[in-house]
Amino acid sequence: MFPEIARRSLRLHSLLLLGLVIVGLMSLAAILAPVLSTHDPLAPNLDAKLLPPSAAHFFGTDALGRDLFSRMLYGARVSLWVGFISVGISLGIGTGLGLAAGYFRGLVDECIMRFVDVMLCFPSFFLILAVVAFLEPNLVNIMVVIGLTSWMNVARLVRAETLSLREREFIHAARLCGASSLSILLRHILPNAIAPIPVVATLGVAGAILIESSLSFLGIGVQYPLPSWGNILLEGKQTLEIAWWLSLFPGLAILITVLGYNLLGEGLRDIFDPRLAR
Amino acid sequence: MPAILARKCLWLAAVFLGITVISFTVIHLAPGSPTDLETTLNPMADLEAGKRLADFYGLDKPLPEQYWNWLKRLVRLDFGNSMSSDARPVMDKIAERLPLTLWLNGITLFLTLILAIPIGVIAARNRGGLFDKGTTLLVFIGFAMPGFWLSLLLVLHFSIELQWFPLSGLESLDHESLSPAGKLLDLARHLALPIFVSTFGSLAGYSRFIRSSILEVLRQEYILTARAKGLPERIVLFRHALRNALLPVITLLGLSLPGLIGGSVIIESIFSLPGMGQLFYTAVMARDYPLIMGCLVLGAGLTLVGNILADACYGLADPRIRGSLRPAGGS
Repeated sequence: MFPEIARRSLRLHSLLLLGLVIVGLMSLAAILAPVLSTHDPLAPNLDAKLLPPSAAHFFGTDALGRDLFSRMLYGARVSLWVGFISVGISLGIGTGLGLAAGYFRGLVDECIMRFVDVMLCFPSFFLILAVVAFLEPNLVNIMVVIGLTSWMNVARLVRAETLSLREREFIHAARLCGASSLSILLRHILPNAIAPIPVVATLGVAGAILIESSLSFLGIGVQYPLPSWGNILLEGKQTLEIAWWLSLFPGLAILITVLGYNLLGEGLRDIFDPRLAR
Repeated sequence: MPAILARKCLWLAAVFLGITVISFTVIHLAPGSPTDLETTLNPMADLEAGKRLADFYGLDKPLPEQYWNWLKRLVRLDFGNSMSSDARPVMDKIAERLPLTLWLNGITLFLTLILAIPIGVIAARNRGGLFDKGTTLLVFIGFAMPGFWLSLLLVLHFSIELQWFPLSGLESLDHESLSPAGKLLDLARHLALPIFVSTFGSLAGYSRFIRSSILEVLRQEYILTARAKGLPERIVLFRHALRNALLPVITLLGLSLPGLIGGSVIIESIFSLPGMGQLFYTAVMARDYPLIMGCLVLGAGLTLVGNILADACYGLADPRIRGSLRPAGGS
């Protein structure tokens, strides 16, 4: 049944396809960065400072004469890493806590859900900013901190699924067969409870990319010399009036990539949850 | 009813306690100490000075004791003194910065709603039409637009090239010499771009939400009744459908608070506006523990209050749920 729905939806949802294309191209650019880059992204070239876009430098060069196109290819890697790893962390935490809360209910549920309430009260950018600045800002810390502050919705969704699943007959049957709690949770509930995950995960990647670039733009994200779209924009701010290309292209890259993941996520929602299709 | 109220108060107390625990541990578990800048990083300071500073701020005590002392002062609304050189009470520092952030976000929310409601209604009415497709495209762009980049582009075009708006700050140099109307205009010119950027950011979510909410309501039978009565479409849409469609927006308002407060860090840093976001940013950079904890508790506390207000308003606006108050944000 699923494949027909998927095929029909794929045909219908040109937006989803557009999202897939964008995400695919950006991932390809990130993976093939060493092949596609025309210059060393880190090597300054003082003879080629602030050159506008040309055949030699597709996107121009920055104040140190580094090739913007090559730097942005490597920046795509940073965005992709941050998106995937931080979403992986938030899925892990959210699924674990959601399963536990929904399955054991009672005090466990109460504690976990109050913890979720508390975390949801914080402006997450405040928390992220404080923690990243305190642990020295680097790629790993950023990924971990974004993951640690974005798992709450996953936990709620998985808990809701688990709550309804645990009363279903096949779970009772498994319990009567003598399956342990752990085996019921992992083998029977988990595979059924993660239905909403693909959508949340895809939209989460988009959110994480935006947060990373904002942090890097504030100077507490990915640090020199590693290029990220956010810190290229930060450096470009100094020469905003004379080198527009440094401020235009990285921002466009963020916009298009985030747009791609959002389109993909919305499209997946239409496929997986036709009730919500609008 | 009293039982519900008691449960609600208990929930509130538990969540607030949780907020203080997180605000405290997040900072104290990180390596380093707030006095690092004055001691280990300062070649003029010796070990003795470091010890005296730690003693002065109570940093040599065990963490649970530090937390308990901080909490005891917190319940009396005493957030302690800032660790920066002026050592003023954290409460005063926040109090002078908070109004600007609240005003900015208030105006943003107001403009967002004013624009999002008609957009959402018209898009829902002409579902699949040109207007709907156009706004859907705008919504996706709005979701994906990095606010700081949009600010950068706007500053480049409107402040640098056209010189319509000032680059940053809250007042021009000659602000004091202006007439009252001139002062207001000056302020408006400084705030125009920041407000535009944050309104653009939240407009996407709200108009999309209102659109699907209206679509949901339009399916119900009382709308069919209203149409069958021969009421003009305008009345059906804006009087009958909109009222019920706006109910979930109340909850959305409460939920969007943390995002708005968090987002103010970026907007206020770019436009050098002396609000709470900028205060928090400088506090983080200076490792001003009491100020950071104060901002975290207050930021989360504001969200908590916002959610409770949203819940109360929901109860007032929708008689159906009045008897069954659920805990705010409960799932």
